[in-house]
Amino acid sequence: MEILFALTLGALTTSGVYLLLRARTFSVILGLTLLSHAINLYLFGMGRLKTESPAVIGLVPDYADPLPQALVLTAIVIGFAMTSFVVVLALKAAVELRNDHVDGENPNEDRP
Amino acid sequence: MNHLMAMPVLVPLVAGACLLITFKAPLMTQRLISLGSCSLLALLGIWAVLQAGQHPHTLYYLGNWAPPYGIVLVLDRLSAIMLLLTACLSLIAGLYACRGTDREGAHFHALFQLQLAGINGAFLTGDLFNLFVFFEILLIASYALLLHGGGRARSRAGLHYVIINLVGSALFLFAVGTLYGLTGTLNMADLAVKIALIPAEDQPLLTSAALLLLVVFGVKAALLPLLFWLPRAYSAASAPVAALFAIMTKVGIYAMLRVFHLVFSQGEQPINLTLWEWLWPLSLATLLLGAVGVLGSASLRTMTAYLVIVSVGILLAAISLPGQEMLSSALYYLLHSTCLTATFFLLADLIGKQRYRGYDRFSLVSPLNHRWLLGCLFFIAAISISGLPPFSGFISKLWLIQSAIKAPSGGLLWGLMLLTGLLTLIALSRAGSRWFWRPTTSVSSPLRLDKTSFVLICLMLTTSLVLSLLAEPIIHYLERTAEQILSPDEYIHAVLQSAWLSEAEVVP
Repeated sequence: MEILFALTLGALTTSGVYLLLRARTFSVILGLTLLSHAINLYLFGMGRLKTESPAVIGLVPDYADPLPQALVLTAIVIGFAMTSFVVVLALKAAVELRNDHVDGENPNEDRP
Repeated sequence: MNHLMAMPVLVPLVAGACLLITFKAPLMTQRLISLGSCSLLALLGIWAVLQAGQHPHTLYYLGNWAPPYGIVLVLDRLSAIMLLLTACLSLIAGLYACRGTDREGAHFHALFQLQLAGINGAFLTGDLFNLFVFFEILLIASYALLLHGGGRARSRAGLHYVIINLVGSALFLFAVGTLYGLTGTLNMADLAVKIALIPAEDQPLLTSAALLLLVVFGVKAALLPLLFWLPRAYSAASAPVAALFAIMTKVGIYAMLRVFHLVFSQGEQPINLTLWEWLWPLSLATLLLGAVGVLGSASLRTMTAYLVIVSVGILLAAISLPGQEMLSSALYYLLHSTCLTATFFLLADLIGKQRYRGYDRFSLVSPLNHRWLLGCLFFIAAISISGLPPFSGFISKLWLIQSAIKAPSGGLLWGLMLLTGLLTLIALSRAGSRWFWRPTTSVSSPLRLDKTSFVLICLMLTTSLVLSLLAEPIIHYLERTAEQILSPDEYIHAVLQSAWLSEAEVVP
């Protein structure tokens, strides 16, 4: 399970960073989303990977650490809010600047 | 427990919520709520400074949970002066915004208050994840404030600002996650204790988490490779927003002081030595780039944005040098530079409104009304920021230079600071002579000079004068502050000791 978890994390982060470095706002936002998924997984993994151990004291002798789960919840909420805000901002910028380049102008298309 | 401690966060939060609910209320009511909250914050700031002067660490347990399990708010001298500075700045910026900026779009005052809640929370919290949450609150409000009023330039600058800060938040979470995975705690005092005892094989992971935090705070503070969002964002924002943003880079610097001096300072080989080694050359490069930017800017707002970068460079270079005197002089410079850069953002707006064309650009020549009045104001602000007597700029730079000579390799900072001062002076005198020093071409229909805005800017300049007149008590206070920052043991002891003492009463 650890290997699968690590590979997933690595794949998410790599694709996130790659997309983040693209020039169009749409792929940048996708990159941000993938990166925040990677973070959620990473924070979750920081409580150590265990099966069949709920985060409740008394049910099982070896209970899971509840704090990373709380952190992930906070991170998910903030991530959601920020993604929706960036989408709206990117749309606003695309309408006002008449293109969806992250710099507001495309050096290859806009200039003769 | 003293519930006044939580008020710097609660007051603007409640005011912001009220303003959101009553958004249909007349603008006058909204202004009253907002300014009332700002005045309360100023009173609370004075209380905090007095309280921190008497008691080294005042603690507040949120929900009465004892640290390290619960979140704790800690008020010490550093947080207190930052709170007071923010409150004064917000009061002036808030009043200035009432002169018309808040008409340009909805929810200005609500966003303003929420941003203040985030900033104050970041100054008070003693928990690393809570610091992240407050950073997010202040950033979310600042995104909206930057875009407030709309327009192409703001959308364009906002996109960069938002995306870069989102990446910064992502890295912050990676760093926090790593620290939690290694130590199992997020309370800063507890982290410091646990990090000192960490086995040697975990050391590289820990160092990478610390360096990630350096990148995150570097984005906030505008350190060299991470600062290119700043000039465009700050010059696109409306004047009162930009004036409030003058404190935002200082939040990053505060976070560095707090986290690096506290969390990473313990153990035989403290990690913060590595961090200072990274910070020193980068901050000098930041300073140099800021000076070039000041010389090359085409408008007063852009020039002020680069002046912010210069101040960040000087501050970071000063805090990466060892020594208590160095640190206290840096704190004095922090107060001075925040006030002055905010003044310049407001001044650019005041001058821009007196011209029919070109706003605050240097190249476009259009006649200016009230040349004498505005020229005098500009002159005073310029000599203060470039470090000439009798204003606070002179004292702060003199003190920085004096302490830099004593520090090893501080001579470099010495030279660069003088060079930057000269370049700033050249740029400002060029701007001033282009605007004010030309044969008068009479304006047919003069624009009205807004008296309130003028008085507000005079008030900001008076703050600079007060900083230099009351230099002795302030310097004394700041020396004690630096002493407190450099002895993190007391902080750790206060937070954890009181936890052990109050365990009987807190846990039933």
